[in-house]
Amino acid sequence: MASLNALVLVCLAYVALLFLVAFVADRKASQGHRAKWLRSPLIYTLSLSIYCTAWTFYGAVGYAARSGLEFITIYLGPTLVMIGWWWGLRKLVRIGRSQRVTSIADLISARYGKSNTLAICVTVLAVIGITPYIALQLQSITLSFSTFAEADPARHLNETTTVFWVAAGLAVFAILFGTRNLNANERHHGVVTAVALEAVVKLLALLAVGIFVVWGLSDGVRDTMARIDASQIGQWQMRGDRWATITFLAAAAFVCLPRMFQVMVVENEDERHLRTAAWAFPLYLLLMSLFVVPIAAIGLELLPQGSNPDLFVLTLPLSQGRDGLAMLAFLGGFSSATSMVIVAAMALSTMVSNHIVMPIWLRSQGEGASVSGDVRNVVLLSRRVSIAAIMALGYFYYRYSGQGAALAAIGLISFAGIAQILPALVGGLFWRGATRSGALTGLTIGFVLWLYTMLLPALGGGLLPDSVLSNGLFGLSWLRPQALFGIEGLDPTVHAVMWSMVLNTAAFCIVSLVTFPSPMERLQGAQFVNVFEHSHGPRGWTGQVAQSEDLMVMSQRILGAGEAQEFFQGEASRQGSPGDLPEPTPAFLERLERELSGSVGAAASHAMVGQIAGGSSVSVEDLLAVADETAQMLEYSNQLELQSAELARTARKLRETNEKLTQISRQKDDFLSQVSHELRTPMTSIRAFSEILRDVEGRSEDENKRYASIIHDEALRLTRLLNDLLDLSVLESGKVSLNMTAGNLAEVLDHAVSTALAGSENPLLVHRQSLSETVRISSDLDRLAQVFINVIANAQKYCDAKEPEINIVVTKARGRLRIDFIDNGSGISVASQQMIFEKFSRVSPEKAGGAGLGLAICREIMQRLGGDVRYLTGHPGGAFRVSLPMNTDLAA
Amino acid sequence: MSRTGGDEGHGRQQTALFVERKTYRHRRLMDIARLLPLLGALLFLVPLMWPNPDPYPAPDTSGGMPMSEAITYIFLVWTLLILASVAFGFAVGRWAEKWTEGNSEPSEEGSQWPR
Repeated sequence: MASLNALVLVCLAYVALLFLVAFVADRKASQGHRAKWLRSPLIYTLSLSIYCTAWTFYGAVGYAARSGLEFITIYLGPTLVMIGWWWGLRKLVRIGRSQRVTSIADLISARYGKSNTLAICVTVLAVIGITPYIALQLQSITLSFSTFAEADPARHLNETTTVFWVAAGLAVFAILFGTRNLNANERHHGVVTAVALEAVVKLLALLAVGIFVVWGLSDGVRDTMARIDASQIGQWQMRGDRWATITFLAAAAFVCLPRMFQVMVVENEDERHLRTAAWAFPLYLLLMSLFVVPIAAIGLELLPQGSNPDLFVLTLPLSQGRDGLAMLAFLGGFSSATSMVIVAAMALSTMVSNHIVMPIWLRSQGEGASVSGDVRNVVLLSRRVSIAAIMALGYFYYRYSGQGAALAAIGLISFAGIAQILPALVGGLFWRGATRSGALTGLTIGFVLWLYTMLLPALGGGLLPDSVLSNGLFGLSWLRPQALFGIEGLDPTVHAVMWSMVLNTAAFCIVSLVTFPSPMERLQGAQFVNVFEHSHGPRGWTGQVAQSEDLMVMSQRILGAGEAQEFFQGEASRQGSPGDLPEPTPAFLERLERELSGSVGAAASHAMVGQIAGGSSVSVEDLLAVADETAQMLEYSNQLELQSAELARTARKLRETNEKLTQISRQKDDFLSQVSHELRTPMTSIRAFSEILRDVEGRSEDENKRYASIIHDEALRLTRLLNDLLDLSVLESGKVSLNMTAGNLAEVLDHAVSTALAGSENPLLVHRQSLSETVRISSDLDRLAQVFINVIANAQKYCDAKEPEINIVVTKARGRLRIDFIDNGSGISVASQQMIFEKFSRVSPEKAGGAGLGLAICREIMQRLGGDVRYLTGHPGGAFRVSLPMNTDLAA
Repeated sequence: MSRTGGDEGHGRQQTALFVERKTYRHRRLMDIARLLPLLGALLFLVPLMWPNPDPYPAPDTSGGMPMSEAITYIFLVWTLLILASVAFGFAVGRWAEKWTEGNSEPSEEGSQWPR
C-alpha cells in the first residue's frame, strides 16, 4: 500500500518540477531566446487541454458509470468548434491579437464601444460561474488525497487543512508565474509551458489506467467490449434533448470560459498554431475519452457496490495493488485540477483587476494617477490580490457549501452560466448591428434566468426557499424555477439552458435592432466584424529586424534621413548592439514614438509605430485621436484660408478706394482749373472793357453803351456760372432739399418749352403728344422743369438742322415714365456721348453759351429725384431720355 | 485585396469571371472545410435515432443498441473528422506558404472568400 507520506513527497516533487519548468520557460522567454519548442503549435494545443479539468479526469468515468455515453458530449462540443476553426476561432484569435485583448470581458467591452459596464457584467458573471468550479477542483484533489489516506490507516488526513494548503500553493504559483510582468501581449510562457507539461501527464495517466484496464484486467479489446455490453451501462440509452443541449453547452463554454479564452486567444503566439490545434486538440480529447467507458464498466464490475464511481481511476489500480499506476493517476488528476485552477485564477484576476479594481483605484486617485509611472505596480498588485481573493473565495465556497453531491453538478451549471456570454460574443463578431444595450440586456436576462432556474435551485441550502421551488416566485405557478411558463417535464438542465439562451438571444437581437450604437461602437463593430480586411496576416514574431527596418524607413520619411539615422544609431549603441539597427524594444519604441510625435502629433505617431511594431491594428481610439487632430488642423487651416481671403478682399477694396480717391482728387484739380479758367474769361473781358471806359477818352455814347452792356453780359455770365457751381455743389453734397409736389407733366413741359424758347430768334419747332403727356406725377416740379429747360435749350443751341425741330415723346415702361427729347440735328458723336454729362464739357466750344455744367446738373437732379437722364443712341439726331419713377397712385 | 486566379496582364480592378482551376479547387476545398462542423454535428446526432432499450424486453430480443457498437460508431466519426481536419490544415498551410513566396501578405486567403 502506498503510504500517504510517499504520495505527499511525490506530489511535492511534481510541484517543484512544475515550478522549475515554469521558471525556466519564463527565463528563456524574457531573455529573448525564442526557443522553438516554447512557441510551437504543440505547446499551444497542449495548453488548450486545461479544458479537461479534474471534473473530466475523474468525473467523466463517474459520469459514464451513471449515464453511459452522455459524458462524451462534453468533448464533442469543443471538437466541433475546433474543426470549424476556419469559421469562428480564426476570427476570434485574429481579433484578440489585433486588439490586444486581455480577457473575454475585455473583448466584449472592446467590441461594444469599450464599455466598462459590460466588462463588469461579464466579470461578475464569470466570477460567480467559475468560483464553484474552482471549489470543485479543490474538492477533487482532497478526495483523491483522502482515497490514499483511507488506504493508509497509519495516517489521518485533515481535509480542511489539505484544501487550505492546496489552495494556498496554487495561489502562490499563479501569482508567481501569472503576474510576473505586464507584458503588452499578456503572454505567460511559464504558466503555459507548465500547463502543457501537466496536459501530457494527465493524458499519459488516463491512457495508462485505460491500457491497464483493457489489457491488464481484461483480455484485450474484444473481451472489454463484451464486458461493457454485459455491464449496467451495456445499452445505448440517451435522452436526445440532453445529448444535444450538453453538446451545445460544451461548445459554447469552450469558447466563452475565461480560462479557455486565456490560453486560446490571449496566450496565442501565432495564428497558424490554430491550424494544428484544429486537429490535434480533437485528437487529444478523443484519447482522453477513449478509455472512459471501459474503466467505468470494469470498475462497476470489479469494485464493491456503493463505491464512488468518480474515483474509479484511482481506486481501480489501488484495488489491484498497482500503487505506481495509482500514483500516476493521482498525478494526472492533480495536474487537471491545478492547471485549471491556476489559469482560471489568472484569467479571472486579470478581469477583476482590469475592470473592477483599477477603475475604482484610478477614480480614487484623481487626475494625476493615470499620468504617473507607478500604475504598473498597482496593476500587478491588484492582480495578485485578486488571485488570492479568488482562491480564497473558492476555498470558502468549498468549506461552506454542501461538500459532495452539490458540487458534482456544478460543472454543467458553470458551463451554462458562462455560455450566457455567447450571444454577445458571436453577435459581436459577425453582426455589425449588435449594440451595447443589446449585449447588456441579453447578458442580464440570461444571467438572471440562469441564476433563478439553475444555480439557486442546485445550490439549495435555503438560498431559494422550497415554496418558490414548488409554487413559483410570489406564488405564481408559471414562475416555478424548473417549469417556467408552465412547461413541465423537461430535464432541469435542458429547461434552464433553453430558456436562458433563447431569451438572452432574443433580448440581445431585439434591443440591438431597436437601439442606435454610439460612434465608438460602430467603429469597433466594423473593426471586429471585418477584422480580416483591417489586420495583417499571421506573421508571427520572427521579423524583428525587418520591423526595425520598416521603422527606419518610416522615420526617415518623417524626420529626414540624416536625423533618423543618427537617432537609430544612438539607440543601437545605447542597446549595445553592433549594427545600426536597434532591437525594437518597448523603451526604444517609446522614444521613437516621442521623437516622431514632435513631427506628426502624438496620436498619429503612436498609430504609425503601433502598426509596424505592435502587430496590432490601430486602435479605434488612435484613429479617433488622429481624426480629431486632423479635424483640428483642417479647421485651423480653414480659418487661415478664410482670413487670407478676407485680407485679399480688403486689400482689393483698399486698392479700389485708393484709385477712386486719386481719380476724385484729379477730378477736383481739373475742376478747380476749369472753374478758374471759366471765371477768368469773363473777368478778363470785364477788366478790359472797364479799363477802356476809364482810360480812353473821346468815346461816343454808343460805344459807352456797348462796352457797358458787354461788362453787364459778362457779369451776368459770371453770376450764372457761380449759380450753377453753387447748385451743383449743393446737389452733389446731397444737401439739396427737394420740394415734392404733385402736378401734371404736360404743364411742366409747357412751362419748360416756353421758358427755353423765350427770346430765341429761330425757335425750335416743338412736336408734342398732348394725350400721353397728361400724366400726373409727384416730384420736385421746379427741378424737373429745370432739367427739361436745359435739355430743350441744348437742342435749341446745338441743333444744326435748317429747320430745327424737336419731338417730345412720353412713354410708360416697367413702372417708369420716359420722356424722350429727339431733335432732327446731326446728333452727338459717339466719343462725345461719353462725356457730355461731365462738368465743363462742351461739345462745340464755339457755340458755348454756358459753363458746360448744365447736363451735369441735370443728371444730379434726376438722380436725386430717383430717375435718370441719358443720351439715347439709335436716333439720327440728338436724343435725350429723361426717366422718372412713376407713382401709380398718382397716375391720372 | 482581391486576388483572383489569373490577374496577370489584367488591370487590378478587373475581376475575372472564372478563376483558375487550381484556385477553384482551393475554394471548393474551403467549402468542404466549412461544412465539416455541420457534417460532424449531423453525424453526432445520428445516435439520437437509435432506439432506447425496451423497459420490458421480450425474452429473445437484444433490446436497443449495444454500448460497444455505439462507442465504435462515435469514435469512428470522431476519427474521420480529425483526419479531414488534418488534411484541410495541411492544405491551408501549403497554400499559405505558396502565397507567401509570391506575395507579402500570406493569409489574405481569408478575405477573398465570403465568410
